[in-house]
Amino acid sequence: MTLGLSGYSDGGQTMDNHKGVLVCGEIADGKLAPVTIELIGLGRKLADELGEQSSVLLMGSKAGGLAQEAIAYGADNVYVAEDSLLDHYNSDAYTQIAANLCQQVLPSIMLLGHTDIGLDLAPRLNGRLGGGLAMDCIALSIDPPTKLLASTRPVFGGNAHATMVSKSARPQMATIRPKTVPPAACDASRQGQVIPVEGKVDPAAIKVKVVERIKEQAEGVKLEDAEVVVSGGRGIGGAQNFAMLRDLASVLGGAVGASRPACDEGWVPARLQVGQSGKVVSPKLYIAVAISGAMAHIAGCLGSKVIVAINKDKDANIFSVAHFGVVGDYKQILPALTAKLKELKSA
Amino acid sequence: MNTIVCVKQVLDPEIPPAKFKIDPETKQVIPPPGVPPVISVYDERAIEAACRLKDKHKGKITAISMGTEKAADVIKHAIAMGADDGFLLQDPAFENLDSFGTAYVLAKAIQKLGEYDLVLCGRQAADWGAGEVGSILAEILGIPVVTFACDIQGADKTLRVKRLVSDGFEVLEAPMPCLITVSSEIGLPRLPAGPRLMMARKKVIPVWKAQDIGAEPAKLDKANAHTEVTALSVPTRKTECEIIAGATPEEAAANLAMKLSKLI
Repeated sequence: MTLGLSGYSDGGQTMDNHKGVLVCGEIADGKLAPVTIELIGLGRKLADELGEQSSVLLMGSKAGGLAQEAIAYGADNVYVAEDSLLDHYNSDAYTQIAANLCQQVLPSIMLLGHTDIGLDLAPRLNGRLGGGLAMDCIALSIDPPTKLLASTRPVFGGNAHATMVSKSARPQMATIRPKTVPPAACDASRQGQVIPVEGKVDPAAIKVKVVERIKEQAEGVKLEDAEVVVSGGRGIGGAQNFAMLRDLASVLGGAVGASRPACDEGWVPARLQVGQSGKVVSPKLYIAVAISGAMAHIAGCLGSKVIVAINKDKDANIFSVAHFGVVGDYKQILPALTAKLKELKSA
Repeated sequence: MNTIVCVKQVLDPEIPPAKFKIDPETKQVIPPPGVPPVISVYDERAIEAACRLKDKHKGKITAISMGTEKAADVIKHAIAMGADDGFLLQDPAFENLDSFGTAYVLAKAIQKLGEYDLVLCGRQAADWGAGEVGSILAEILGIPVVTFACDIQGADKTLRVKRLVSDGFEVLEAPMPCLITVSSEIGLPRLPAGPRLMMARKKVIPVWKAQDIGAEPAKLDKANAHTEVTALSVPTRKTECEIIAGATPEEAAANLAMKLSKLI
């Protein structure tokens, strides 16, 4: 049994030694990931405000080949950790390399994408380094008098926004949602340093092994990528009634989703759940059918461009976030809506 | 297999948004009157995961929760589902701790419990939702961690864990003892059977204070917090809902179709 306090940093590092911004980069399909290009731009901006340097860490056997590009996007320094054990994300390997680098270069601010990698890596790194972390940020700024990083993130399923600072813990860490900031502009004339990271991954420190990676083929349009989502709630009343929603979704080239109660009832699979504990979607059009609009559900669809609510209860909460609403029985409305859309489409 | 499950009591996220109120001064949420707090949804799935492992491999489940007196209810819920024991970590010094402080308190309680093979947490809490505590806790305990599990299968000394990623999943092998954070895709939590529910209700949940778990006051001091909330606000939404009417439901539907066809 392991009971020791190994690997635990007290957060007692003095903040004065910590300088600059470090972006934890991601490589996808041999290129800098779009979120990394966004974060390099954000890192540059924050570093300029502080009058400090901005750096990027790139991990993987071909990381060096992308270093010049990272400089062109705005990095002063690119730390390159070339090791085939870093080609795919492994939590233990990435934590080891990133934590070691942070302990050497002592960044004041560290930025990660709110991605598969960032979601896992940022909290672990923070646990090891003893910094202060804000996850899933939608805005970052430097507070002028204190020079502290102020990180704003949605909380309570997006029903509130919290701004956080780390007064003394370093690094000040944040994960940032992709597409929150614009991608950095590329300037091939920019100069910077490429610095190899010393030391390889210690295979003994890889405790958790990845045995298999399986890509899932979505049937039809994937819920997260769909431009139109038709979701049903408790008021749908049964599994077979979802056929009406599927008909409507198919005319619109969209996907079907559901609220938590509809999934809990087993009417549709749990993977179709839209909401705080399910998928967060931001389609062009979101049609909420017989959904009352609990806080947890709205958290999953608030980013939609247009929300349409169809509900029997004119006082249902869903109307407070909807752009268009129809008050009535969905069993009468949906077939007529689907038929009319078909007619308009063929016209 | 000895499993410890960390659970949190939260504001019910299924309330209508109109009932959600904050106090910008204290940067706290004002609990809506008459709405009982609930177990955080992912934590309930973590208990379910623990119960499934116990069903197959036997062993003991201990639930711990840091919170107010009321949080004894979520421990009782865990016991009703299948946990054997539970402890409430309650002390004025534990109030409003940040993720690091929370992980520290949980780590001290786990160390007091002693032997364990597995620690389970929800992937994130349904209120502040940072998803940090599990990983920090694993780092404090010095044990391996797997996040976002949707399936856990026991073997001799390792666990086979399916972990969610955005385009599918990974299968991992984690040596015990380890910490796993559980996602809702693991499946629905069981409904406690009547007799267990009655038994859990009557159970007296022991309370551990800071000194009971040997938590150092300096680690709980807000002045040493790793993060501090400086502002809490409710974003304003300026949506005007246009109600589409018609003489019949079918006519209203046709009118809506006309609107939508211009949008897409």
